[in-house]
Amino acid sequence: MAGIHPPVTDWANDFDHTDPVWAADPYPIWADIRSSGCPVAHSERYGGVWLPTSHDDISAIAYDTDHFTSQSVVVSEGRPMMPAPQGIAPPISSDPPFHHGARRLLLPAFSPKAVAVLEPFTREYCNELLDAVDGKDVIDAAVDYAQHIPVRVIAKMLGFPPEDADTFRMFVHNALEGVDLPVEKRVENFGLLDEYLRAQVDDHIANPRDDLTTFLLNAEMDGQPLNAEHVGGTIALLLIAGIDTTWSAIGASLWHLAKTPADRERLASEPALMPFAVEEFLRAYAPVTMARLVKDDFEFNGCPMKANEWVLLPFPAANRDPEVFENPDEVVIDRVENRHAAFGLGIHRCAGSNLARMEMQVAIEVWMDRFGDRFTLANPDAVTWSGGQVRGPRQLPIALS
Amino acid sequence: MKVRVDQQKCQGHNRCYSLAPELFDVDDYGTAKELNDGVVPPELADKARLAVANCPEYAIELTED
Repeated sequence: MAGIHPPVTDWANDFDHTDPVWAADPYPIWADIRSSGCPVAHSERYGGVWLPTSHDDISAIAYDTDHFTSQSVVVSEGRPMMPAPQGIAPPISSDPPFHHGARRLLLPAFSPKAVAVLEPFTREYCNELLDAVDGKDVIDAAVDYAQHIPVRVIAKMLGFPPEDADTFRMFVHNALEGVDLPVEKRVENFGLLDEYLRAQVDDHIANPRDDLTTFLLNAEMDGQPLNAEHVGGTIALLLIAGIDTTWSAIGASLWHLAKTPADRERLASEPALMPFAVEEFLRAYAPVTMARLVKDDFEFNGCPMKANEWVLLPFPAANRDPEVFENPDEVVIDRVENRHAAFGLGIHRCAGSNLARMEMQVAIEVWMDRFGDRFTLANPDAVTWSGGQVRGPRQLPIALS
Repeated sequence: MKVRVDQQKCQGHNRCYSLAPELFDVDDYGTAKELNDGVVPPELADKARLAVANCPEYAIELTED
């Protein structure tokens, strides 16, 4: 279904993060705005959106939970229906003080030590995916590989049927890329997700088991069981938030290696660089742009922000700010100083960051173990990128030799 | 040399723990804490500087002797 917004011709005053030009290459757009003397752009689209582009401004807004609410973090024509401080998908949609308890419930399941337990399963699954395309000359690293990995892992954690993977990806697409659609269509799309989750929750109530869904159904906050909206919203968050984000990060990393022989050869011969390379791919190709809503009319660094306007938080732009990163547009796979903000900053730091890192590292390692430095882009023009707030390769044909 | 994590600033990115597990630990909530009262043996000085230089929240303070 076609979107409802015309193409952008003026990026400083009428930008649109769903425009195909942004999806193809947003970095020059951010660099132009950042160096323009007016580093926070504004657009009337979506009922008003602000776009900070410097690391300073992006982090200041991420830290400022007094003036900005997380009630909705995906920019669309509509405005959130679930009131603060809980919001529609706690804790990402929650504000203090509710946020703290809702987040603490989840963190232990995503701690480095908990995530390490999932590593062998992830590695085995990555190998299975590559076994399935064994012998082909060209494989699509996004379609055949990256897109499956986070889906399989989160389905296991939630106790959902792995065979529903295509359905999960449809939900992700609707939630994060379907933002340019009319509000009625968006509401209809969310209805499908709600219906699916309700069936999974009912099944877990009837058949409790050792997974995150049953954990949330039994969890308590401040001595009270979670309300049904909290349980459903958190499950929706866990299902949606980890899928196309991690898939994008894995895809972008393989895209970079496929088009950069020097880095590919170096990583193949010096596997100890992997943790540094992963952080550099996260910095240079951070997939996720978050968003906030302005609570009340408020002036931020001279910008007259109005209540209920959106503010995009392009962490990928913060990661390319020359004030913080030396040669920010250069990918340096052994970059030593790297305070990147790919997982956000402040109290909403991505709760799944340890899981995402593990999946990325394992996915790239398994790929490199299999192909060494013997892979290149089959056709650079055939690579397509998702737009909106999660950016990554969606078609990535790679030639193997 | 000593390191100290400001736990008010730490948001659980776990960068210090992954780069220098000899110097930092993290709890189940991801909050980091320096080990051994933050004392950095000379052979781990580079690792300490690496951890400081990779904290996205600027939450680690390093003091040289």
